[in-house]
Amino acid sequence: MTADKVLNKILEEHRLEKGNLILLLQRIQETYGYISQENVQWFADRLDIPASRFFGVITFYPKFRTKPAGKNTLTVCCGAACHIKGAQQVLDASRQALGLTDGQDTTEDLKFTVEKATCIGACNIAPVVILNKQVHGGVDADKVTKLLKGFAPEDEFIGY
Amino acid sequence: MNTSAIEINICLGTSGSAAGGEEVMRLFRHYALERGVEARIGKRCEFKKVGCRGFCSKDVLVDVIANGGRTTYQNVKPIMVERIVDEHVIAGTPIAEWTAKDDYASFHSKQHKIVLGPCGEIEPEKIDDYIAMNGYRAARKALTAMTPDEVISVVTRSGLRGRGGSGFSTGEKWSICRSQPAEPRYVICNVGEVNRALAEGNPHAIIEGMLIGGYAVGAQKGYLYIRERYHLSVERLRTALVQAREKGFIGRDIFGSGVDFDIEFSFGTEAFICGEETALMESIEGKRAMPRYRPPFPAEKGLWGQPTVINNAETFSNIPVIIGRGAEWFASIGTAESKGTKVFTLSGKVRNNGLVEIPMGMPLREIVYGIGGGIAANRKLKAVQVGGPSGGIIPESMIDMGLDYESLRKVGSIVGSGGMVVFDEEDCVVSITKFFVEFLQRESCGECTPCRIGTKRMLELLTKITEGKGEEEDLETLQKLSGIMTASSLCGLGRTAPNPFLTSFNYFRDEYVAHIRDKKCPAGVCPALVVFMIIPEKCKGCGLCRRACPAGAVTGEIKKAHDINQELCIKCGACYKACKLKAIRKA
Repeated sequence: MTADKVLNKILEEHRLEKGNLILLLQRIQETYGYISQENVQWFADRLDIPASRFFGVITFYPKFRTKPAGKNTLTVCCGAACHIKGAQQVLDASRQALGLTDGQDTTEDLKFTVEKATCIGACNIAPVVILNKQVHGGVDADKVTKLLKGFAPEDEFIGY
Repeated sequence: MNTSAIEINICLGTSGSAAGGEEVMRLFRHYALERGVEARIGKRCEFKKVGCRGFCSKDVLVDVIANGGRTTYQNVKPIMVERIVDEHVIAGTPIAEWTAKDDYASFHSKQHKIVLGPCGEIEPEKIDDYIAMNGYRAARKALTAMTPDEVISVVTRSGLRGRGGSGFSTGEKWSICRSQPAEPRYVICNVGEVNRALAEGNPHAIIEGMLIGGYAVGAQKGYLYIRERYHLSVERLRTALVQAREKGFIGRDIFGSGVDFDIEFSFGTEAFICGEETALMESIEGKRAMPRYRPPFPAEKGLWGQPTVINNAETFSNIPVIIGRGAEWFASIGTAESKGTKVFTLSGKVRNNGLVEIPMGMPLREIVYGIGGGIAANRKLKAVQVGGPSGGIIPESMIDMGLDYESLRKVGSIVGSGGMVVFDEEDCVVSITKFFVEFLQRESCGECTPCRIGTKRMLELLTKITEGKGEEEDLETLQKLSGIMTASSLCGLGRTAPNPFLTSFNYFRDEYVAHIRDKKCPAGVCPALVVFMIIPEKCKGCGLCRRACPAGAVTGEIKKAHDINQELCIKCGACYKACKLKAIRKA
């Protein structure tokens, strides 16, 4: 499908949903992995809604991305229970293992994105990370490093 | 229990799966087939994947139910499965050294499980399991034999209060919504962090509760508001919805009563503010989740301006039991003002981490020591934080207090989401408070000034204190700010945001003063205020600390006392943790 065809399909679905912007943005992100300025402008023009309204919603919710995401996502829970059991060290170690520099959350080769989560509700097995959809409990700096270094291509998340 | 079959229940909640539950399940099936178990014992052998039963620190938990007896194995690893199949399932002798010990029994015996009861017993992906334990009977009774007002009256008399936020009477909320002339009306169920186990272990109870709620207030549409990230909860709820629809428990003309009610998902996004009712509604409508002014209350004008009842999954899970067993039965549990039970996530430094359901009013001590098994590594209890990020920090000296809405409010805390984090003497309350305020500052939606600027200023001051730059007047400023935020913030987030500071300052004033006046962190946590030193008399020069140090700050020859170069030290505490001789001290 060409880009316009894909976007038109999203637009059609959107019209059925009482103009819910979050659902529209979720769909764009599901399709492309992130929300680009061009895509926002495309919808803003056709729906006659100022682009600023879109960006208001995008920047409000941490889950919306304006930059391409990695193929795989490592989510580090930084809730209270994980925090006192060393979530910060886990986060630092995973960023180091992937060679991320300050302000970067995705590797250059777009293989990995590391993100922080507020509580994911698995406090009993803190500290917790989620690699794609698999939850790993009781991790520490060593374990997360091994998890990332030992990540095989066949485990890769095939989506979008 | 079916005595003609052997039943093997494997815990596959979030933490069961994280501990390798899927692999354990696969191996059980594999060995059962390979050994020809059914033919050899002449019975059927069934495998069930059950939801979380709360004792997550001992996962994977496996029950083997044979000949009317039940044996629970804890910490089951894939490598253990073959022996369990051979010795227990086939030969009939349980393996004593792997079975759950006394703490498993005491963890469960002190609890009162109403909503968590079926979790871990029934298979959450099979509606027939739920129906077999009288599931959907309460809904049938409500829809076919009771009027909506009768349903509301039962819920009101039961004394059930909202399990999420401020503890408003559920029956009263429903009654306000029912009395509105406007239609259509909506029911929303918020599935938050603590509700995960309910969605994973017994999703049908939530659906049945919503159905009864919808009937009572006259709504035809329900929304399940849940974060997409809770993959397993979403999957289980989705399966449950499909099954309920197939059986005609949701949809059109339910139970032939002429009542229509349907439920759909609304996927939330990661935002703490969505715990606030009106912010959540804004989010369902697709906007920035910023709270609305009230009145009008959501029960009057909620989702798309229509009367809306919003409760969380724990509240809804209580409804079928209340309708089934009656208001009086429910009201007999708990205290005078707080009825029933409450689920807490017991986490932090206690020995037995897990999800616990206790009757309202149970003393905190009973939870930490009785159910939690005391503090891990034989350290001393310092404080317990109850109610999520904006809850209060309760000191060790006060843990004989009962847990209910009123008592918690009295000490400056809330029931909130039911989070419960236990701290030991190695935790610094100032740093913990800073952590919570940091979270709340990030999650503040920015709509009203007291919360937007207040949380920011509080964080700046607390950061200053933990960095050893605090001045005594900062404490006064913090108190003043707290007062302003509590009095004038628009929603609950801002009003409760000062709770962690106010309680920790009240009960641990000395620790704040030590940070400011003496420039010391008594717990040895705040990096700027702590120095790690090797005690030469105790050090045997084993080199563990040298290898553990990421900064190369530890030097020394083997078998001779080592030394820490303070200029290189990054205060990470790795050496302190590595030392087996207690030869490193924090000062």
